[in-house]
Amino acid sequence: MGLFNNLFGKKLPVETPLDKVQDTVSSAKEVIKTDIQKEVNMSNKVKFIIDGKECTAEKGMMLVDAAAENGVYIPVLCHMKGMIPAGSCRVCTCKINGRNMAGCTTPVDEGMKIENDTPELTELRKTIVEVLFVEGNHFCPACEKSGNCELQALGYKYQMMVPRFPYSFPPKAVEAGAGKIYLDRNRCIMCKKCIRTVHVDGKNVFAFRGRGAHLEINIDKTLAAKLTDKQAQEAMDVCPVGSILRKEKGFDEPIGTRKYDKHQIGSEIEKVS
Amino acid sequence: MAQKITIEPVTRVEGHGKVTIHLDDQGNVQQSRLHIVEFRGFERFVQGRPYWEAPVLVQRLCGICPVSHHLAAAKALDVIVGAGTGHGLTPTGEKMRRLMHYGQMFQSHALHFFHLAAPDLLFGYDANPAIRNVIGLIITPEYKDLAVQAVLMRKFGQEIIRATAGKKIHGTGAIPGGINKNLSLEEKNEFLNGPDPMNIDKMIAWAQASVDLLKDFHSKNAAFIDNFSMFPSNHLSLVREDGALDLYHGVLKAVDSEGNVIFDGVDYQNYTDYIEEEVRSWSYMKFPYIKSLGKEKGWYRVGPLARLNTAKFIPTPMAQKEFEIYKAYTNGKPNNMCMHNHWARLIELLHSAEMIKLLLNDPDLMKNDLVTKGKKVSKGVGLIEAPRGTLFHHYEINENDQITKANLIVSTTNNNQPMNESVNFIAKKMMNGQKEITEPMMNAVEIGIRAYDPCLSCATHALGKMPLEISLYNENDQLLDRMKK
Repeated sequence: MGLFNNLFGKKLPVETPLDKVQDTVSSAKEVIKTDIQKEVNMSNKVKFIIDGKECTAEKGMMLVDAAAENGVYIPVLCHMKGMIPAGSCRVCTCKINGRNMAGCTTPVDEGMKIENDTPELTELRKTIVEVLFVEGNHFCPACEKSGNCELQALGYKYQMMVPRFPYSFPPKAVEAGAGKIYLDRNRCIMCKKCIRTVHVDGKNVFAFRGRGAHLEINIDKTLAAKLTDKQAQEAMDVCPVGSILRKEKGFDEPIGTRKYDKHQIGSEIEKVS
Repeated sequence: MAQKITIEPVTRVEGHGKVTIHLDDQGNVQQSRLHIVEFRGFERFVQGRPYWEAPVLVQRLCGICPVSHHLAAAKALDVIVGAGTGHGLTPTGEKMRRLMHYGQMFQSHALHFFHLAAPDLLFGYDANPAIRNVIGLIITPEYKDLAVQAVLMRKFGQEIIRATAGKKIHGTGAIPGGINKNLSLEEKNEFLNGPDPMNIDKMIAWAQASVDLLKDFHSKNAAFIDNFSMFPSNHLSLVREDGALDLYHGVLKAVDSEGNVIFDGVDYQNYTDYIEEEVRSWSYMKFPYIKSLGKEKGWYRVGPLARLNTAKFIPTPMAQKEFEIYKAYTNGKPNNMCMHNHWARLIELLHSAEMIKLLLNDPDLMKNDLVTKGKKVSKGVGLIEAPRGTLFHHYEINENDQITKANLIVSTTNNNQPMNESVNFIAKKMMNGQKEITEPMMNAVEIGIRAYDPCLSCATHALGKMPLEISLYNENDQLLDRMKK
C-alpha cells in the first residue's frame, strides 16, 4: 500500500477510498499525457534515419508515431497515437542505435539510427505474434473481429503459416454479464489499450487482476452497465483482437468488406510516402 | 465358423465410418452395423458462446454443407431475436438466404452424384477400384465431358454461395434476423448472362441432362437399381404448407411406407413433441425416431427420397414434369428403393437450378432492407432441408445472451437406422453363404451407404480422416482377414 499511496508523488491517507485512489491515478495519467504533449510542442524538429531513409519529426514523439508520419510502418498492437505508451506487446521492437528497443516507448531524437524492416526484426516480430496466438485461444473462423483483427492481420503480414510453438490452450473464463460488453478472455493479448482508454465517470472500466501467469483482464460490471452504445462500440474498436465484443452485434459486416480484407495492415501508412 | 467382417473406413462418403458384419457358422449374415467412429462435441463447446456466433461457429461441422448448418442456426436465432420463423424476415433477407441455400443444394447434389456415386453406376460396382472414381471418369474419353460438366456445375453453385454468403465455404451471410448483404447488379448479371457455360440457363440444361442420364441408366438396369436395397420405412421432411417441395422452410410432415400420413402441418418449434433420439453404445451417432411409433417402428428416412415421398408437387415446371414421371413409377406410392435416392436427388438438382433462376430475376434481392428483429426470447429451433435431409438446430440462451443448450439432429443422423438397414439388406444379399468376401461385395455395401449421401463428420459433430476397412473375425473375435481401401 505504501507504494500505492505515494503514487506519482501524491501522498494519500491510508484510509483513502478506492474510487478516490482511482481518481488520483487518472489525474496523474493526465499529467503525464500533458507533459509528453508539452515536450513535443516545445521542442524542435529532429532528424533521424530509419533503414537508410532520412526522416523528420518533432523531438520527443514516440518512434512508431514519428515513423508513421514519415510513411514508415512499424507494427503495433498495444499502441495508438495519443495514447500513453505501455510497451506491453513488444511487436514494435526496432534496433535503435544498435539496441533492441520498443518503438512505442522510445522518443525520437536527433541523429537516431533505426533499423526496422530487416530479416532479423521481421523474424522477431513474427515470433512475438506466434507466441501471442499460442498463449491464448484464438479461433479466427468464428470470431466477429476476423478481418478487422490486428493480431490476425499481423499473422497474415508475417506469413504465419503453421504453428511453430505448442498451443497452451489456457482455460479462460468469459464475462457475459457486463452490460453491453461481452468480454472474451480467450482472445485477450494483455495490451492494456482498454484499460487506458475506456472510462466512465473518470474511472477505468477495465483493469488487470492477478499476477504472472494468472494475470487477466477484468471488467467493472457496475461501470460497464453505464456504457452507452457508442462507448461500447469504441471499446470494441480499441481492442486489437476480439476480446471486447459489443453484444448482439455480430457478422453484420460482410466478408470482403472488412478493414484487412481490403489491404494489408500498415499499407495505409506506407502509402503516405 | 462364425465370422465378423469389418469394413473400415467407408470410402467416398463425407467423414469416417466403419461397417461390421457378423456371419454365423453357415456363413449367413447375423447382424450388420454402420459405426460412426468420430466424436466432435459441437453441442457441448458451443455452450457459453454468444448466440450470434452460432451460425458462423456451428457451420464448421462440415466443409461440404456448411451453408445448411449456417442457415439452420440462423433460422433458430431468428426466433430468438424475435424475427419469427421462415417468413418473418424481410423479403430481401429471406430470398437471399433461399438463393444461398439453392446454390448449396445445386453444388452438393452435383458433387455427390458425379464425384461420389456416378463411378459405381457408370463403371459398375465390381469394376476395378483404380478406375472406379471421379479421376476414372475424367480419363475415360466417353465420360470426360460429363466429369468437366460436373466440376463446372459445382463451381456455379459455389459462386452463388460466394455472392450470398461472402465466401464459397464458411461464409457469414446469414445473421440473426436476416442477412448482411444483398445481391449486386453485377453479380445478378453474371449468373443470368455469364459466358457459356457459366450461366443459369446452361446449368438448368445440364441438370435436365443429368436427370435424363439417370433415367436412361435406370431403363437399362431397372432390376439392379430397384432391388439393390429395398425395404419399407417411414419418411420425414419439411414441406410447404400447401404440400409443395420446399427446401428452405415449411412444416414437418411424416408418412409411412404406404403413404399414410403420420403427422403433417407440424410447427417445428415443437419438434420434441414428435421426435426423440436414442443413444446406442456402439456408435457416436444417435438414432432418432418418431415418438408416437416408438423406437422399434418409429425410425424414418430423410433426404431426396423421403422429400419426394412427402411432397405433393414441385413448384417449378421442369422438375414437376420429372416428379410426375418419378411418381408414376411407383404408382404414386412412396418410393422405398434406396438407389432411387439418386433419381430423386437429380430431380432436386433440376428444381434447385430453376429456383436459382427465379430468384435471380426477383428485384427484392437487390433491396437494402436486410434485417428485422423483435422481442427476444430464450429458445429457438431452426429446421432446413439440407442436401442430405432434414436438419434440426435447437438453441437456448440465458439472460446474458450465452448459449446454454444446443441440440443438433443432423440429416445423416436421421438416416442412421435406414443406412443400417441398407447395410444389413445388402450384406445378406451379397454375402450370405459365400466362402470368400470379395472387394465388389464390400463396395456393394458402401454403395448402399453412399445412396444416402451421408456426412459422417456432421453426424457426430469429427476430426476426420476418411476411408473403409473390412475385417473378418471368427466367433471368438479372432481376426481372420482384413481388407483395406
